[in-house]
Amino acid sequence: MAVQPIRKPTRLEPWQDPAQTPYVRIEKVTKAFGDFVAVDDVSLSIYRGEFFALLGGSGSGKTTLLRMLAGFETPTEGKIYIDGVDMAGIPPYERPVNMMFQSYALFPHMSVEQNVAFGLRQDGVPKGEIRERVAEMLDLVQLGRFAKRKPHQLSGGQRQRVALARSLVKRPKLLLLDEPLGALDKRLREQTQFELVNLQEKLGVTFIVVTHDQEEAMTMSSRIAVMNHGVIAQVGTPTEIYEYPQSRFVAEFIGSVNMFEGRVVEDEADHVLIRSEEAGCNLYIDHGVSGPEGATVAVAVRPEKIALSKEPPPGADGRNMARGIVREIAYLGDVSIYLVELNTGKTVRVTAPNLTRRTEMPITWDDSVYLTWQPFANVVLTQ
Amino acid sequence: MKDLLSRVGLWRRGAVIAVPYLWLLLFFLVPFLIVFGISLSEAVIAQPPYAPLVDWLHDEDAGTSKLQLVLNLSNYLRLGEDELYVLAYLNSLKIALVTTVCCLLIGYPMAYAIAKAEPAKRGPLMMLVILPFWTSFLIRIYAWIGILKANGVVDNLLRWTGITTEPFELLYSDWAVYIGMTYCYLPFMVLPLYATLEKLDPTLLEAAADLGCRPWKAFLTVTLPLSLPGIVAGSLLVFIPSVGEFVTPELLGGPDTLMIGRVLWNEFFANRDWPVASAVAIALLLFLVVPIMAFQHVQGRQTEAGR
Repeated sequence: MAVQPIRKPTRLEPWQDPAQTPYVRIEKVTKAFGDFVAVDDVSLSIYRGEFFALLGGSGSGKTTLLRMLAGFETPTEGKIYIDGVDMAGIPPYERPVNMMFQSYALFPHMSVEQNVAFGLRQDGVPKGEIRERVAEMLDLVQLGRFAKRKPHQLSGGQRQRVALARSLVKRPKLLLLDEPLGALDKRLREQTQFELVNLQEKLGVTFIVVTHDQEEAMTMSSRIAVMNHGVIAQVGTPTEIYEYPQSRFVAEFIGSVNMFEGRVVEDEADHVLIRSEEAGCNLYIDHGVSGPEGATVAVAVRPEKIALSKEPPPGADGRNMARGIVREIAYLGDVSIYLVELNTGKTVRVTAPNLTRRTEMPITWDDSVYLTWQPFANVVLTQ
Repeated sequence: MKDLLSRVGLWRRGAVIAVPYLWLLLFFLVPFLIVFGISLSEAVIAQPPYAPLVDWLHDEDAGTSKLQLVLNLSNYLRLGEDELYVLAYLNSLKIALVTTVCCLLIGYPMAYAIAKAEPAKRGPLMMLVILPFWTSFLIRIYAWIGILKANGVVDNLLRWTGITTEPFELLYSDWAVYIGMTYCYLPFMVLPLYATLEKLDPTLLEAAADLGCRPWKAFLTVTLPLSLPGIVAGSLLVFIPSVGEFVTPELLGGPDTLMIGRVLWNEFFANRDWPVASAVAIALLLFLVVPIMAFQHVQGRQTEAGR
């Protein structure tokens, strides 16, 4: 399927370019704690300059994978290469990576300045240069005024920026971030997301960020690896992950989705027809799907891709069209969410932008409505 | 009615605070004042063996009576004049200091190892540290006599291995006092150290390692400074009682092991000079407790600001 990358559309992305060698290569890595397998046979290639997100719920193994990159855990099986060097047996203090911790792990007995200078002092950088680089870094994160303060005298957002400055001051080629925005409130988080992306593009550092927040992963990253139970469910750009989820888990984990069970009745090279009892109609898809005829499949349709109308739209042929009654409406300002109970009994979620100022509702509770969507909106999930 | 209830409530709350204050007043401040009073009186051969501070003098001829207050500062002057007291103070400080340092050197690795052990093992390990307290202190000191004396465990071991040929006695020396006191006070060092080390966030060490810091240096730059409150608390818990220690030097020390506790005992029981003994005790308190309290006050304010 053709994928249109959104971030930098002019050039080939590194993961599509066979001439590129990955900066981080994770090969069949497994990590077990006793009987519990936290990371299960994971392979990944991450390229220079990427903003790569490891996305998953708690216990999905994303943090364990990050800690193996930093050197705090050793893989039970498999290999990790950073810049072509096998990381086996290399302790954290000799790895060319820095990490920003979820709890920030700022040294409470040192001032902001001393915290940031800590890494440079370990490398024996001359005093004058340390002062310069620390000041430069603190300016970059807009904390110059707070250099003499202790961490406990700072707000959560300021601490986050100190932690970021401390992990960036050594100019690592690879920065690992464990839930970097997890402890911030919503407004600050959104603002910081963009700051992080700008900083990353400015410095050209490869970022690997662990997050459980899909919105965060979508906004910031060039690519996302969705993890579930220690396994990578899917790797792709935010658009690929959202528009072309490969499994039920990914479809349901990222955003909301309506899932229709169905049976393939026609499978041609240019189209597929799926009979769905749940939707109460035939689902028409304008491209071929590799799957045996008669197989049971799940079809995912995103709520915002469904249109609501009281009359059947002109040219409707009964395919990709369901009928139901509006049961619930949630007005969120920019969009409204409708829960529509289909005649088949299934409840479908529809989001529609509020294009007009809406004091009287064109569609309201208990209205009988038609739900229609385009052939491309159907995503067939074979897994 | 409501007013009455709230008043009762206030009274009750006051009573709760009053209990410890009453306790301190009755068993700390009052005895302290009594001792302080005795230290300002004169020794007499009588029962009790000191002159009363306040006397009611009645003059039969003039038919008048007067209240007389006699404050005798000569006891304190004697402390400075007689070399014995100065030497005893200095020697006590030295022994207490050596004991504290030994406890710190042995106790820190112990506390560190326990704090780093698996959570399930920490309880039993701490138990082992506290366990000696379940037997009598005197019995443990007598056990040390058996170990350190000529023909004792250490002596026999040294001769058996051929390191020494002559009988070797550690007992009745300053070394025996150091060993005995370090042994006795070790738990007081381990407990506060363990408490601070256990609370230490292990991700701080990970952060140090991540920034290129080797484990040994991370210990010096992160663990050690952050465990300073534990080191101070443990050292005070060992140092303060060590200075006034009496039983251990009496049983394990030699005749020339001079400590202020012994001097005090001698003044009190052998010389029956209660006023001088009291002056020794008050002077010890002032020399020791006042600077330590001032130090703790400053540190308390710092931690307060730290929050």
